[in-house]
Amino acid sequence: MRADPAEFRLVSPGDLQVVLSLLASEPTEWLPIAGGTDLMVLYSAGKLPNRKLVNIWNIPELRQIEVFPDTIRIGAACTYTALRGHDDVSREFPLLAAAASWTGGIANQNRGTLGGNIANASPAADSLPALLVYDAEVTLISVRGNRRVAYRDFHQGYKQTALAADELIRDISLPRRFSGYVSHARKVGARNAQAISKVCLAALGIIANGAIRDARLALGSVAPIPLRLHETERSLAGKKIEPSLIGTVRQSVEREIRPIDDIRSTARYRAAVAANLVVEFLEKLATERTRA
Amino acid sequence: MVTAKDIPGKNCISLILDDQPCLAAETVNHPEEPILLLAHADCRMLRKAVDAVSIEYEPLPPVHTMEESERQSTIIWGTDNAFKSYLVEKGDVEAVWKDAAHIVEGEYFTGAQEQLYIENNGVIAAFDPEDGVTVWGSLQCPYYVHKALMALCGLPEDKIRVVQMETGGAFGGKEEYPSMIAGHAALLSIKSQRPVKIVYDRMEDMVATTKRHPSRTRHRTAVSKDGQILGGEIEFTIDGGAYATLSSVVLSRGTIHAGGPYYWPSVRIRAKAVATNTPPHGAFRGFGAPQSLFAMERHMDHIAQVAGISPVEVRRRNFLKPGQTTTTEQTIREDIDLDHLLGRALELSDYAAKKARFAEENRSGMRKKGMGIAAFLHGAGFTGSGERYLNSLVGVEAGADGGVRVLVSSAEFGQGTNTVLCQIAAEALALPYEGVMIARPDTTVVPNSGPTVASRTAMIVGTLVQSAAQGIKQTLMKTGLLGDNYTPEQFRASCGQFIRTHGALKSYARYEAPGDVYWDDEKYRGEAYAAFAWAVYVAEVSVDLTTYAVTVDDFVALQEVGKVLHPVLAEGQITGGVAQAIGFALYEKVVWQNGRMINNQMTNYIMPTSADLPPIRVFFEQLGNVHGAHGAKGIGELPMDGPAPAIVNGVEDAIGVRFRSIPLLPEDVFEALQPEPPRQQGPSSTRGTT
Ligand SMILES: Cc1cc2nc3c(=O)[nH]c(=O)nc-3n(C[C@H](O)[C@H](O)[C@H](O)COP(=O)(O)OP(=O)(O)OC[C@H]3O[C@@H](n4cnc5c(N)ncnc54)[C@H](O)[C@@H]3O)c2cc1C
Repeated sequence: MRADPAEFRLVSPGDLQVVLSLLASEPTEWLPIAGGTDLMVLYSAGKLPNRKLVNIWNIPELRQIEVFPDTIRIGAACTYTALRGHDDVSREFPLLAAAASWTGGIANQNRGTLGGNIANASPAADSLPALLVYDAEVTLISVRGNRRVAYRDFHQGYKQTALAADELIRDISLPRRFSGYVSHARKVGARNAQAISKVCLAALGIIANGAIRDARLALGSVAPIPLRLHETERSLAGKKIEPSLIGTVRQSVEREIRPIDDIRSTARYRAAVAANLVVEFLEKLATERTRA
Repeated sequence: MVTAKDIPGKNCISLILDDQPCLAAETVNHPEEPILLLAHADCRMLRKAVDAVSIEYEPLPPVHTMEESERQSTIIWGTDNAFKSYLVEKGDVEAVWKDAAHIVEGEYFTGAQEQLYIENNGVIAAFDPEDGVTVWGSLQCPYYVHKALMALCGLPEDKIRVVQMETGGAFGGKEEYPSMIAGHAALLSIKSQRPVKIVYDRMEDMVATTKRHPSRTRHRTAVSKDGQILGGEIEFTIDGGAYATLSSVVLSRGTIHAGGPYYWPSVRIRAKAVATNTPPHGAFRGFGAPQSLFAMERHMDHIAQVAGISPVEVRRRNFLKPGQTTTTEQTIREDIDLDHLLGRALELSDYAAKKARFAEENRSGMRKKGMGIAAFLHGAGFTGSGERYLNSLVGVEAGADGGVRVLVSSAEFGQGTNTVLCQIAAEALALPYEGVMIARPDTTVVPNSGPTVASRTAMIVGTLVQSAAQGIKQTLMKTGLLGDNYTPEQFRASCGQFIRTHGALKSYARYEAPGDVYWDDEKYRGEAYAAFAWAVYVAEVSVDLTTYAVTVDDFVALQEVGKVLHPVLAEGQITGGVAQAIGFALYEKVVWQNGRMINNQMTNYIMPTSADLPPIRVFFEQLGNVHGAHGAKGIGELPMDGPAPAIVNGVEDAIGVRFRSIPLLPEDVFEALQPEPPRQQGPSSTRGTT
């Protein structure tokens, strides 16, 4: 361990209002810590700049999953294990449940939280493409009050978000209108478990009268932020899934993404695989429709 | 604070050539070279102390690849950047080219590999003006550390004590490096007059300690019309890093294994270990053989294609047979039948049926499947005259209560050494297994039975344990205290009686080279190893054309290792070795930047997990062997040799691309399938995405 624990302060008020006042009192000083699965990695490498941490793991309001007629509201400090184990989430939001199932290993899933994944804002984060295609909304809370932000507007640039220094993510709500969609998720990492994505896809689609009525595509690790492929989606709308479409979709995907070379992979590889995953999704969509 | 000036003895890590300083005095030759040692009673203060140190470097031109090193435009070691070279010559190679129906050429590469033992390198050293230096550590070879500390500290034999503690894995990675870290702790302890503990964290361990030597092998082979090897040239080059360390020995094993389990009527092998400005590469399970055998077994598939025969047939036609000689002209005296091994491996893996089915199924779909085989051998024990020089000594002692203790410097680090050596002693003494214990390897207690390396422990040390144990029995019988067919109770009673009259009851056995072993170090000719283990492995692989990832779906590992002393442990060794070799083949890539590993974290250096591994089906055939204890041959390293070529051969079978380099990552498969070349090669920039 490269950090000196004596240089850090960790408080654990266990009460939302107390946490929020603390954040408001010295906004850039205090850092919330939920599961700690991102922060502790930085900490033990001696790379955590903040010295004051406030625990939000033990705040009941942040750990609930509530089911309403039109939405499911997931407390920001819900773990991947909780998401995987929740019947409604698994049934109606399989892309999120799938992402939770391949985030790290079991130990990591018992600690890692959805709010932490969002706030950490890695372009390679696995649950974020699912939030994009499900039109997720995040509720941010501070002593100044609550505000709701569409997730697509929340994540603004490489590791940049709309979160103010005195704010917490309170919950994530997902509209319950995607259960009729065919869904497809795939993570491509350097190994089958405990791997950071080189590319990951979350896709939803629905067919009507032999043509695509709606396709929703989002990719991780191919741009500075998780990316929704709006142009590709538009180009698919109303089309039949035919061989001629596949070629143009491939090009469209490659045009829309901005992958890079880094320690884990190459831009060329990421681009090709991103396109392959979208094609794989379209093929699945075509066969599911035939079956229906 | 310790610098090179504080070293009481010689500033080197004494091993083979004493070229590696313990602390750099004037020049650093690689980015992780130690210069200054800092210790503090509170280890957390050390980070701050490190931050307060600044070192000014005067840059010199570096050498980072084997090719640069060979060009010799910058000399970084000796007069020609070469740590060692060997020349093996058998028959008249020049005469074969004119009769060859085919001349098959190929160039093959293997990458560095990190051992990734669970426990990082770590030691504690304590200095006492009376007793000298004691070191407790996670290590493989107590007497290597002992020798290095004598030179470094300028202390006599009896003022250095090295104790091997329970060691969380090693795989060769704790063969030579512990001498470095033990040296550092010892120097700090001598100066501070306090015990000093150094334990690397994972990032330090990965960046600074030894890895498997990267290699390049070139083959040029003369082949007859029907696919028989007539002769050839092999050029084997390894990257030794900045200092000589064990490179000459790794090179030796790689050289001797370069011809595989085949009969070469004539061959010329030129081998060289070259210097580069990276941390020294070192011992890792297999020790040069996985590198040259990867090349040989890929090349065999290439020969098969050129000759228009199958990978199975080309091996059949070239296998070594009893009575024939290896590349070093060692006569095969064992009754080995490689043809039979191959046949059985094909049967166990359902090779023919699967190969035919995959060829059919591969016409459509995004998952292409293939079958690959590799046949190979692994010499057990030290190379050539090595065991004679080691002159190993082993002891067995019995106490007054009849408790038996095995005294060896061979270290347990997860491979089962303690179990097997106690088993051998118990068997020799006709005692239950529970009646035998093993002493902790402590240089004040155990004799030097040599290093725990080279798949030598069960075979060489095991034989000595057997004869030392028999010595105890004979002593008791000669004094009339024990009869022919005794019970454990009678044994115990006789030990008590003996000790009451004679004091201690100890028996030692020293290695004696078998009379018929001949080895010429100059010409690199003769009996390279006392015994070879033989194997045929079959890999069933698939290539996913959506992700370009290769997975191994089934794996058959069939070997002949003489007597299997402990079936569970032996199977564990093979399974673990195959898993580690799958990492070597498909996952584990050290990313270098200016001579430094930049992916020195387990999140970026990708070792396969259980979720990436196939069922590994392990089978043993048994022929028996004259040398080992109960006819056992070494098995520790063997399973590292075959999987990589079997897998890459399978990939070629699946998608028809001839890959020559490992690790074979999805990015490489992808690039090979593209019509246009890449803008730039491989993952390069250091920018991460998280
Ligand atoms: C071994 C391992 C494997 C991993 N594998 C994966 C993987 O496969 N895929 C993947 O996407 N990630 C992976 N991760 C990363 C990590 O587990 C996830 O990003 C996780 O969701 C982070 O949640 P956490 O609660 O642990 O965050 P923490 O470490 O507690 O916090 C992370 C950041 O979020 C902030 N934060 C946390 N909660 C809130 C909140 N409610 N409001 C405002 N800010 C908040 C913190 O201040 C901090 O800046 C892995 C991590 C490890 C250690």
